[in-house]
Amino acid sequence: MALYEHVFLARQDVSNSQVEQLVETLRGILESGGGSVAKVESWGLKTLAYRMDKNRKAHYTLMNIDAPSAAVQEMERQMRFNEDILRFMTIRVEEHEDGPSAMMQKRDDRGPRRGGRDDRGGPPRRDRDDRPPRGDREDRPRRDRNSDSE
Amino acid sequence: MVDIAQLPTRRPFHRRRKSDPFSGTDAPKIDYKDVRLLQRYISERGKIVPSRITAVSQKNQRALAKAIKRARILGLLPYVVK
Repeated sequence: MALYEHVFLARQDVSNSQVEQLVETLRGILESGGGSVAKVESWGLKTLAYRMDKNRKAHYTLMNIDAPSAAVQEMERQMRFNEDILRFMTIRVEEHEDGPSAMMQKRDDRGPRRGGRDDRGGPPRRDRDDRPPRGDREDRPRRDRNSDSE
Repeated sequence: MVDIAQLPTRRPFHRRRKSDPFSGTDAPKIDYKDVRLLQRYISERGKIVPSRITAVSQKNQRALAKAIKRARILGLLPYVVK
């Protein structure tokens, strides 16, 4: 069977328990298709980076799935009917990452970010500096020609 | 003739070659879920920063672009910041 990472977004005005119910129904679909859910991770209600079907927030849930593709397709098909599900994405992975995903880890640590930020500098400022030096051949001949015509 | 002295003098470059932040032993893994990491590689407008600025290798830049696009689909990162 293949391993998948599946993230889905539920509408902001559904409750946490409804999301949990949803996860259970999805698990049911997968298990009846011969698959299993290795891990469910709830990221909670998060603010979206942009408005999605008039929603500003959504309940995020990550599921690590081990199932045949037919079961995943069936689950996705049924998810499309569900009005409470804003969006979902299933990605095939070689292996499931163990332990909490990056999303859960980044909640508490704010320290290491500093160094990386400073190192990068603002992209617009850097843009000019990092452009490769222009070769002299670009403007030299043109200037000569200009002075000839004058 | 154009006076050479009037041409803007090019200040000497001594750019140190930056190394790929995703290579090495304790390099972070490119992951669409790691918003904090990906945010460093998009501009204030939300565009993906070119690798010539970030010194990310070609291979990793492709992986990075894909991760950023996935994060955008999930509403974790913006497509555009107005």
